[in-house]
Amino acid sequence: MSEARLPNPAAAAPARHHHARAEAIAAWALSLPAILAYVLMLLLPTLAAVALAFTDYELGALGFSWIGLGNFAELLHDRGFLQSLGNTVFYVGVVAPGSILGALALALLIEAGSRGRTLFRAIFFLPVVSLSVAMASAWQYLLHPTIGPLNALLREVGVAGPEWLSSSEWVMWSLAGIGIWENIGFNLVLFLAGLTAIPREMYSAAEVDGVASAWERFRLVTWPLLGPTTLFVLTITMIRAVRVFDTVKVLTNGGPNRASEVLIFSMYQEGFTYFRLGYSAAITLVFLAIVLALMWLQTRVLDKRVHYG
Amino acid sequence: MGAGVSGIAVEGLTRRYGEHAVLKGVSLEVAAGEFVALVGPSGCGKSTLMRLIAGIDAPDAGRIRIGGRDVTPLRAAARDVAMVFQSYALYPHLTVAQNIAVPLAMRRLSAWQRLPLLGPLLPGSRAAGGHIAAEVQQAAEALGLAALLDRRPGQLSGGQRQRVALARALVRHPAAFLMDEPLSNLDAALRVQTRREIVDIHRRAGCATLYVTHDQAEALTMADRVAVMQAGELLQVASPQAIYDDPADLRVATFIGSPRINTLAAEADLEGRVRIGGVPLRLLTPAPGPLTLALRPEHLTLAEKGLPARLETVEFLGESLLLHLRAGASPLVLRLPPEQRPRLAAGAEVFLGFDPSRALLFGPDGKRRPACVLRPEAALV
Repeated sequence: MSEARLPNPAAAAPARHHHARAEAIAAWALSLPAILAYVLMLLLPTLAAVALAFTDYELGALGFSWIGLGNFAELLHDRGFLQSLGNTVFYVGVVAPGSILGALALALLIEAGSRGRTLFRAIFFLPVVSLSVAMASAWQYLLHPTIGPLNALLREVGVAGPEWLSSSEWVMWSLAGIGIWENIGFNLVLFLAGLTAIPREMYSAAEVDGVASAWERFRLVTWPLLGPTTLFVLTITMIRAVRVFDTVKVLTNGGPNRASEVLIFSMYQEGFTYFRLGYSAAITLVFLAIVLALMWLQTRVLDKRVHYG
Repeated sequence: MGAGVSGIAVEGLTRRYGEHAVLKGVSLEVAAGEFVALVGPSGCGKSTLMRLIAGIDAPDAGRIRIGGRDVTPLRAAARDVAMVFQSYALYPHLTVAQNIAVPLAMRRLSAWQRLPLLGPLLPGSRAAGGHIAAEVQQAAEALGLAALLDRRPGQLSGGQRQRVALARALVRHPAAFLMDEPLSNLDAALRVQTRREIVDIHRRAGCATLYVTHDQAEALTMADRVAVMQAGELLQVASPQAIYDDPADLRVATFIGSPRINTLAAEADLEGRVRIGGVPLRLLTPAPGPLTLALRPEHLTLAEKGLPARLETVEFLGESLLLHLRAGASPLVLRLPPEQRPRLAAGAEVFLGFDPSRALLFGPDGKRRPACVLRPEAALV
């Protein structure tokens, strides 16, 4: 075979090369706005917060110095911070199971009923779309120790209601109750979607296989097939609960005597009341670490157990 | 045909959804050890009938007997039926062995004994569990699943999942075995292979089997008897051969057979002589009036004289040739062995003939009409 009949690869190369470079330039140009927005709005502020956490910077101060892990060492001995960390853990520990199990139970009831599905869904979803600061004033009235309807109701049955928001042993329970109320509608909608995704044939198969009770049906079909939904709901609810701030700020302002301070509230206090931005950034990092740890746990460990295959 | 003691018998089964009647008084019997295929187009009510027999749905009227016992008021768990679903409906979180064990565990163990950690410690659990494990092993081996017992359904191919569904249904030796389009999610090659395996399994298990399909090839190849259903009614229940050669209804004739049976408008004169376009045929039928004459594609032939038609296209299928023709307004299909390919171009004018004994006559109501063939010399009179 003569060489002259083969196409010359060297001649075609420059044109192809040119074309590839033009395409690469166009690709970068098109993604530039998104890259800029990401860097300016997310990456730089996060890095700035991380950097601040290792300084003693205070708002308005002329200079700052690097103090390494000093802020974190202080956090370890800060009783106020430890109290707020403990409160946050308590809040998540009550709100996550409460709003998840509650939402699941409601979703099963609504799904089993023949009518009013949309109505109930809308009613339970209302807290999610309403403004939580405005709703907090409603709660303030409901939970008021003397004029509030809740204690009035308790008095009717001969029980002296506690001071829901101003006694240190009740305040976290009250806030957690409001937290469940806030989250349950959102979780309910997710569970309802998850339930409709379970194939009807699975329930038919379970019936033919000898499943006779509602509990057996739930154990054999509903709960396992709802696994991916439950994992997602768990992740979302825990992250939303760790972030609790507005109800605390409006209803108790951390009181009484710091009994209801939570993580984000402490961060806000340190940063915007005492202007200790470095210390506040250190709390932010702790918060970030908790959220990342939760996400890691859920995607890496639990994910394998709910996506069968 | 009387159902044996351990067969399925349904009588006058009716199911309505609102105003719409999906089943209109269906009666059907499947004898012990018999394999009946229920075939019909989508939405004809065949899956509804199956769900009623399984006990997943309740009829508005009629009775269901399984194994000689009236099970109409019983729920699915209390009937002695097993079912294979189109989607297989395996439990995704359980292994193959656990999936197959579910119907046994649900019946033999108490709710406490089935609890994950505590259950095995309770009295009687171990013995019952041992029996179940042995039976699961046996069912798995019968279906070639022994090596896959620890896998989850997500790790199996479509064909393997289908076997697991079969094993789960057969493990407790039910009196009635129901299959709802079990092959429709498999690819074509696997479907043909699995067809034979299911027939084999049926022979070994020997229980009354009702098999729902929309695929007439499955129905004809697998079943002892075929039940053709349309619009909530059973049109005919007969052997595959009888369904094909001797359909009782025009809808059965047109539904079964591919390509579709040819139909020609005809009429019977006052003497009962059948005519097409005024031309008398060597066929007699008792009642005069309009008729439909149906002929399978392989029973039409090219002739010197007869019905004039124009050739439109020729299709080569390998084992046969299909000639697509048009006689007046009616499209016709003629099947020939490939070596008899005629030297004809599209648009050629031909004449068609047929053996009158092969012609099927149907009245305007779609019901079959009797036909009698005249001897050739009689036709000359």
